[in-house]
Amino acid sequence: MKEAPSFESNIWLDEPQDDDPFTAKASYCHGYDVFAQLIQKASFSDYILMLFTGSRPSREQSKLFETLAVAMANLGPRDAAVRASMNAAVGGAPAASSLIAALAVGAGQTGGARETYFLSQCFQKFGTDQQLWIKQLLKPNSNRLREDIWDEFEHSPGFRPHGVSCAKTLQQLLKALNNCGDFSTVKWLSDQRETLEQEINAPMGHTFVSAAVFFDLGLDPHQAEMCGLLLSLPGAAVHALEAKQQGWRKFPFFGQSVELTDDPGVIAPLPIVEELNS
Amino acid sequence: MSQADLFQNEDKIITKMGRSFLGERVVYRGEDLHHQLADLPWIELYAFGITGKKFTTDQAKLLNFIWAATSYPDKSIWPNHISALAGSFKTSPALAMSASIASCDAEIFGGKPLRGAADFFVRALAHVDQDGDLEEYVLEELKTHRTVFGYGRPLASSDERIPHTIKFVRQLDLPTTKHFDLAISVGKILKKRKRLNMNAASLFSAIGMDLGFSPKAFHTYMTLCFVAGMSPCYLEADEQVEGTFLPVRCDRLKYAGVGKRDW
Repeated sequence: MKEAPSFESNIWLDEPQDDDPFTAKASYCHGYDVFAQLIQKASFSDYILMLFTGSRPSREQSKLFETLAVAMANLGPRDAAVRASMNAAVGGAPAASSLIAALAVGAGQTGGARETYFLSQCFQKFGTDQQLWIKQLLKPNSNRLREDIWDEFEHSPGFRPHGVSCAKTLQQLLKALNNCGDFSTVKWLSDQRETLEQEINAPMGHTFVSAAVFFDLGLDPHQAEMCGLLLSLPGAAVHALEAKQQGWRKFPFFGQSVELTDDPGVIAPLPIVEELNS
Repeated sequence: MSQADLFQNEDKIITKMGRSFLGERVVYRGEDLHHQLADLPWIELYAFGITGKKFTTDQAKLLNFIWAATSYPDKSIWPNHISALAGSFKTSPALAMSASIASCDAEIFGGKPLRGAADFFVRALAHVDQDGDLEEYVLEELKTHRTVFGYGRPLASSDERIPHTIKFVRQLDLPTTKHFDLAISVGKILKKRKRLNMNAASLFSAIGMDLGFSPKAFHTYMTLCFVAGMSPCYLEADEQVEGTFLPVRCDRLKYAGVGKRDW
């Protein structure tokens, strides 16, 4: 008889209850007993990082990850992904609709997780070779040989195409990350920020910083993309709840801002319901 | 790009696509939705929205066919599996459908092969039109990328949609089938040289190019092509005993990671 399909995992082990094969009496994550040990000993951020890397982080790694996580947890209601989550919430849609909206918009190539993915790939290829970085950032589509579900980049990844100067908040973040320990990629990015900004002619954005942190923590590009999405969800959640609570009347509606360039005008009047029902 | 772009677009949505004058009328790509487009079948409206083009009766039949022909209400197929889990675990229809649809922007089926194949046929046809050799081009594509989108299929060696699609297309009066014919020629080359069979993405994408879509527009059009298979999976799983869609025992999760250790 053909063997029934089973899942394979290097991450998770469930041991069944004696009376119920569908319920676990113990669960292990990368070998650590979740309910006997982790819930008492591990911090949330250590646990999240361990999920990705497979091992308990050092004190410095933990501090680095937590610093980034705090910075990314809420990008504020002006952020495109957060705005998407609020638009989902203000009509009264389920909580998941807000998070799906935030994930979809935050997944993109303009300041989103796909940009982080690209930059993580570059860290794998170039390390901290500045000349290779500049060459790639100025021509980010040079290695693109055929179509993909993702479009070509329209700006240098890791930089803000509409920005004027490096945000003070980003500089504060880089400083705080540098204080977490001896992380060579983060240090390189801090040291080279101004040079890179001059070469690219745009201010650095947070995806470059995230990618550097993820690289120093040992995350591959796929892990970096996924982790970046996860870390940005709390802000999307709370602003969605706030928008929902405030209600649609308080939420900006841009109906009067629409300028239609191809308007046929009134073709015919609305049907008169009274005549149709008579 | 600069900060000026931001200032220019503040509080302004400039569009040729449409506007709802609520309580009065709705404009859809330059036409009154309720007066001028009311008779247009939804699938044609959808294609019109993407391309700005109106399609002939036979073209519209084909647009409908490539969606209908790939609507499989089979819960074992990955996107439908999501629909069924959503139904079984009692989530809402919109969440079920949106998650299932999102999963179709995949690498081994759906979005990437469809868009990739479309792009390949555009490039290959341009090469042939300049008297290039098709077989050389196909083999070079395979050598460079190790895949030619639209050829080969996970889980099965052949694709049941191929004969149906060829039969359907050959019955229609279409302005051109040059990409479609090219896709079949490529299929013959890859079958002979690499024993690779065509999958439906090849013919569907070629059809899209013959209908005048760009690869991205066609990708957008095909984003919903599996959805008619998803909804039955969602609803049936929802009707059955809750939480019972393919339950997994603890020992059906095979662990191969590091041994037990202390934190």
